[in-house]
Amino acid sequence: MSVATTITTQDSEPVFHVVDEHDHPEGASTMLGFWIYLMSDCLIFAMLFATYGVLGGNYAAGPAPKDLFDLKLVALNTTMLLLSSITYGFAMLTMEKSRIGQTQLWLAITGLFGLAFLGIELTEFAHMIHEGATPQRSAFLSSFFTLVGTHGLHVTFGLVWLVTLMVQTARFGLTTANRRRLMCLSMFWHFLDVVWIGVFTFVYLLGMLR
Amino acid sequence: MNPDLVKMIFGRLNLDALPLHEPILVGTFAVVATGGLALFALVTYFRLWGYLWREWFTTVDHKRIGIMYMILGIVMLLRGFADALMMRLQQAIAFNGSDGYLPAHHYDQVFTAHGVIMIFFVAMPLVTGLMNYVVPLQIGARDVSFPFLNNFSFWMTVGGAVLVMMSLFVGEFARTGWLAYPPLSNIGYSPDVGVDYYIWGLQVAGVGTTLSGINLVCTIVKLRAPGMTMMKMPVFTWTSLCTNVLIVASFPVLTAVLALLSLDRYVGTNFFTNDFGGNPMMYVNLIWIWGHPEVYILVLPAFGIFSEVTATFSGKRLFGYTSMVYATVVITILSYLVWLHHFFTMGSGASVNSFFGITTMIISIPTGAKMFNWLFTMYRGRIRFELPMMWTVAFMLTFVIGGMTGVLLAVPPADFVLHNSLFLIAHFHNVIIGGVLFGLFAGINYWFPKAFGFRLDPFWGKLSFWFWVSGFYFAFMPLYVLGLMGVTRRLRVFDDPSLQIWFVIAAFGAFLILLGIGAMLMQFAVSILRREQLKDTTGDPWNARTLEWATSSPPPDYNFAFTPVVYDNDAWWDMKRRGYKRPLTGFRPIHMPSNTGTGIILAGFATVMGFALIWYIWWLAAVSFVALLAVAIGHTFNYHRDFHIPADAVVRAEDARTRVLAAGAQT
Repeated sequence: MSVATTITTQDSEPVFHVVDEHDHPEGASTMLGFWIYLMSDCLIFAMLFATYGVLGGNYAAGPAPKDLFDLKLVALNTTMLLLSSITYGFAMLTMEKSRIGQTQLWLAITGLFGLAFLGIELTEFAHMIHEGATPQRSAFLSSFFTLVGTHGLHVTFGLVWLVTLMVQTARFGLTTANRRRLMCLSMFWHFLDVVWIGVFTFVYLLGMLR
Repeated sequence: MNPDLVKMIFGRLNLDALPLHEPILVGTFAVVATGGLALFALVTYFRLWGYLWREWFTTVDHKRIGIMYMILGIVMLLRGFADALMMRLQQAIAFNGSDGYLPAHHYDQVFTAHGVIMIFFVAMPLVTGLMNYVVPLQIGARDVSFPFLNNFSFWMTVGGAVLVMMSLFVGEFARTGWLAYPPLSNIGYSPDVGVDYYIWGLQVAGVGTTLSGINLVCTIVKLRAPGMTMMKMPVFTWTSLCTNVLIVASFPVLTAVLALLSLDRYVGTNFFTNDFGGNPMMYVNLIWIWGHPEVYILVLPAFGIFSEVTATFSGKRLFGYTSMVYATVVITILSYLVWLHHFFTMGSGASVNSFFGITTMIISIPTGAKMFNWLFTMYRGRIRFELPMMWTVAFMLTFVIGGMTGVLLAVPPADFVLHNSLFLIAHFHNVIIGGVLFGLFAGINYWFPKAFGFRLDPFWGKLSFWFWVSGFYFAFMPLYVLGLMGVTRRLRVFDDPSLQIWFVIAAFGAFLILLGIGAMLMQFAVSILRREQLKDTTGDPWNARTLEWATSSPPPDYNFAFTPVVYDNDAWWDMKRRGYKRPLTGFRPIHMPSNTGTGIILAGFATVMGFALIWYIWWLAAVSFVALLAVAIGHTFNYHRDFHIPADAVVRAEDARTRVLAAGAQT
């Protein structure tokens, strides 16, 4: 590394410790750590996708995707989530400019889109269960509800986290720590968006083609 | 009282859950309870609770957390080994119409608990403990990247262990074998709490393991001392990095598959059922996608330990450092491409089986390369046969046998004969005891003086070594023979009296290992009593090569007063060779993380939630979940999580070391 070479070239006597030391900035590893966490979470989704891939065609003489999925509703739902990602992006842009009021506003809008997404998803679930397409009905429905439900659960936790961060931003301002936390949630939120694209394509669109 | 109300309050927990009708369990409980009470009384009598809480339970110091992991692992080793002894005894006497002494119901729990405990609560904590202790010191860091998370991870592991131990006296444990294959583990065939203990014990501990993996990966990537490029990292740090990458990339799979099994059991979904489109083989595939990397998670750090030990005790630079690193990385990648060899008999066809058979055999190539590297390191070295080196040599001999039987099992047609036989049991004990455990013992003997400032007593250590090694061969070589004769695993009684002699020999081997464990405990006790004679004041008792030996033993809280600068992959050897002088002045305040009790509180709520879910006590599960969430969120409102060790405290600590070193130099 550059430090080592500069130290040896400056004088012939090797220097074996850093003389002029400054503190590690707090949270220097947080972004990397959070990335790795997201990848581990991604693996959980990968397993659920794989399970859906293997068991998703096992209808057990029960309803199939064509009988259940309402693509218009799913399209609306996808729009909600994608919009929430865009508005989160706006929140981060205003955070960069340290405009706390606008940041909070965009965060609130993001939360509302998230809530709308969850509401539509729950409506869809309720509708399916009402028709007798319960998670217990077939392996297809077990894996469908688990995959989509796990994503929904993540969004729910994201919302709890969002509210927590809004409270903390309101109380302590856009401090370094809060900015870092908002960055982490931002990554989490976009990650859920990416996973949803997978769900939308793999479960809903391909499901209608099956 | 109204039975509905009782059911609402206690779920399915009632007095019948206490195994009062099983004399063996009542006896065990009496011993454990007496021991526990005695310990509790002692701690109270010496007024140690405050000290333990402040200095240990709430600590974020990677060294103390590492030591606590080791203690957990050794305590659980006693439990896991007690199970092993019981099985060996049962199998040695259950001949000629005798039923042995263990009822089937109990025996099935014993072999399940043995496997679960040995992998998750012995091998994992010991490996994680050593990595936690050594890695930050080897890379010249002050702590891990996320010290609070480290504390939390440890207590989650303890939480999992508590749940598994609790099943001994409240309810029962799974009777399914250590991986709980459905449909046996599904609600239809295992309606009681056993599998639920299994699930929640592993889920709680698994959260800890995953987070600790993320933590150590970040630590190694981000906190290396200046000058320590990737290819200058000590081999133990390299293997730890690969192991933690494996943890992060495999434990989520376990989490997912256990979650699916719990959905089957709790909600009635059909993932792994035989009807409604479920597929039990899906579970077997998924769990081995975690399970195979898991064995490399355990053995890679052991390979790292052997590398450090061989180089140190041969007085030579490690032979083939680069090839060692590449071999480790290749093993890391290949470990994901072999999972199906655990069930060639699934019927996936010749092509699939050939693929997985060949990838499995290929793993022996990098492993063999490592073996030759260690041999060439020893070649023409000045070998000192201290305890760590003895364990290393025993490992090399033993592990090669285990490796060869592994390649044998990797041949699909041979596996069709040997699948689920005692040959397999002998094979994986051969590699896990001969590889992982011997490595851990080498590591414990090697780094103990670093952690405590005195060596372990060599006499009792050697006694323990010989009992363990000979005991291993007596216990497991007969199982190879029996396996070749076609004896399958997990049997409780036998019809063929000609087999008995082999089981008696195996039981004798287990007894020798018992003596080995006893000698090891004696070794700890004697070493503590003789700590003045065994004292090491230099901080470098073995004339070793890597950075952890550059600081005092035990290291100060801050590890290094100044961050070291590294020029060579044997950094400390390089410093010694080039006349390094310890800095005596110019100390500054050191920035450190503060202790916190949040980790233990969170893990406590998680454990209570696990218990409530096991017993269907829904209100308690909900309450503890809300509490978990509230405490976690509350913790994020604390923005002041660090402090500075004042410069004069550093000066005091370093001056004390200067005096000790000077006194040591005179004598």
